[in-house]
Amino acid sequence: MIIASFIGLLYIAGFYLLLRRSLVRAAIGALLLGHAANLLIFVSGGLSAGAPIIREGEDSLISPYPDPLPQALVLTAIVIGLGVSAYLLALIHRTAEIAGGDDMDDLKEEE
Amino acid sequence: MNSNLLILPAIVPFVFALVMLWLRGREGAARYLALLSGVIQSIVAALLFKLVLSEGTQTLEIGGWEAPFGITFVADLLSASLALVTSFVSLAIALYISVEKDEPITHPFTLPLLQLLLSSVYGAFLTGDLFNLFVWFEVMLITSFVLLSFGDAKQAIGGAIKYVLLNLVSSVLFLTAIGLLYGKTGTLNFAHIAARVGHLSNEPLLIGAATLLFCAFSIKAALFPVHFWLPASYHHTPAFVSATFGGLLTKVGVYAMIRTFTLVFPLQGTWLQTALWIISIATMLFGVLGAASQMNFRRILSFHIISQIGYMTLGLALWSPLALSAAVFYLLHHIIAKTNLFLFGGLAARLCGSDDLRKQGGLYSSHLPTAILFLIPALSLAGMPPLSGFFAKLLVLQAALEAHSLISVICMLLVGLATMYSMIKIWSEAFWKPAPADAVRPSNRTPSAGAYLGVAYLALFTVFIGVGAGYVFPICERIAGELLDQGCYIHAVLGER
Repeated sequence: MIIASFIGLLYIAGFYLLLRRSLVRAAIGALLLGHAANLLIFVSGGLSAGAPIIREGEDSLISPYPDPLPQALVLTAIVIGLGVSAYLLALIHRTAEIAGGDDMDDLKEEE
Repeated sequence: MNSNLLILPAIVPFVFALVMLWLRGREGAARYLALLSGVIQSIVAALLFKLVLSEGTQTLEIGGWEAPFGITFVADLLSASLALVTSFVSLAIALYISVEKDEPITHPFTLPLLQLLLSSVYGAFLTGDLFNLFVWFEVMLITSFVLLSFGDAKQAIGGAIKYVLLNLVSSVLFLTAIGLLYGKTGTLNFAHIAARVGHLSNEPLLIGAATLLFCAFSIKAALFPVHFWLPASYHHTPAFVSATFGGLLTKVGVYAMIRTFTLVFPLQGTWLQTALWIISIATMLFGVLGAASQMNFRRILSFHIISQIGYMTLGLALWSPLALSAAVFYLLHHIIAKTNLFLFGGLAARLCGSDDLRKQGGLYSSHLPTAILFLIPALSLAGMPPLSGFFAKLLVLQAALEAHSLISVICMLLVGLATMYSMIKIWSEAFWKPAPADAVRPSNRTPSAGAYLGVAYLALFTVFIGVGAGYVFPICERIAGELLDQGCYIHAVLGER
């Protein structure tokens, strides 16, 4: 329950920040959203606190144990997210250089 | 059943991208490699298509991990024919840029990135796994992000920011949907989800996941309320890059939508079907109206991508065998015609020294062959017989009549007329009117043989799909039949289990 509300909070904060005009805030929003989605997948595998997946003295899994596949998925998603955030930050840096600020209104098309 | 041919279309451009990176700085070599890559892709995709056509759906279990545990690649007729059309586009673009002096390549990474983009497009078409589809989407996005932001202009960066942020939202929605689906069904294999969802329909979590997927793919396909990233960004890239984007990227979104909402969550009778119908109509109208107010060659084309996407999703929303085969026919026709038009946009800009229609002119008298070749995709897009666009539009229209959807019919006819208006505008501004007196013309005004070959190659397919509609349409009908019969796909992937 706590985790579910926390994920919801992350989504809310992410979308709120994404809707701001400031590009840096939008980037932070995108990062938060990414974390929220990753956590959601992580939780979808089931949570069981404490025990390692194969306990000492045993040679097979004893239920309840979390599904390991979502953890693998989350790892993939985190790696992709890292690349995308690095790109996003570089792009914002470049924008600030060219447009002289991080306000989206500076980028309106003059046509 | 296992055939390594399935993975080859994705591997070939990937290997070529690596070789090109290794040869960094030697652009001449990279151009020839792109050409070679295009030829090999065409051969591989043609072999795959032939195999699927004669022997039915093919699957490949990567690493020998049996479905549904490993990642499965699945080529049904829809995937195989889309891969085939993609390979045509790849070869045409390689031809277009094959001659050195014509198309300056602004950055040494452009060509390798373009190959990676193609690789991810093939991957997205051929994968049979939801998470794998997400990964291919991300590869596609990151390469297209980088290709977009090579430009220096302020507007180019502004367009890139819109594109990046909106597509990030789309990825997050997609990922969330994957999380929910996995939590509920415990699998990510398309066929396996489809088989399990069958037992659990009307589960709130599944409806939520379906809606999230719907939103995510709408953004990728540039459907109505979330379409504005596309015309803001596409026309700032070099012509051959925007041709690849315009031809393929949004279509991957449409493909994902067709695949998900026929196989995993059949659209029929759900509220999403009504939503998709309304959105499709709005997409068609807004796209075409947006185009009417533009005076930039490639911006007009960008808006037309949006309106044409509306036709395809309308086919999906009408949901009948005829409507689905019309959507598939439209998809195949559109990839080819649109790529070709973007290449012409680049050609006209090169010959006139500007992308702005007001500054172009006189191409009909100075470059007659270019003008005539331009007419083929332009009239096809506007829906003139006997070219491919005519049959595509006719089929969607027939499907709408069959469904007694009068509003769709009226909107479709109006949009067709407005498309004609846009094409005539381009024709009269760029080709027919005399060149403006104050125009500054580049010194070299002869398009190379490579550029001609590229556009002529695609024009040939446009004519073929039109004149040979009697051959292409039965294939589309078969695809629609496969799409409507989920059991056939599930059986092909999971076997008797």
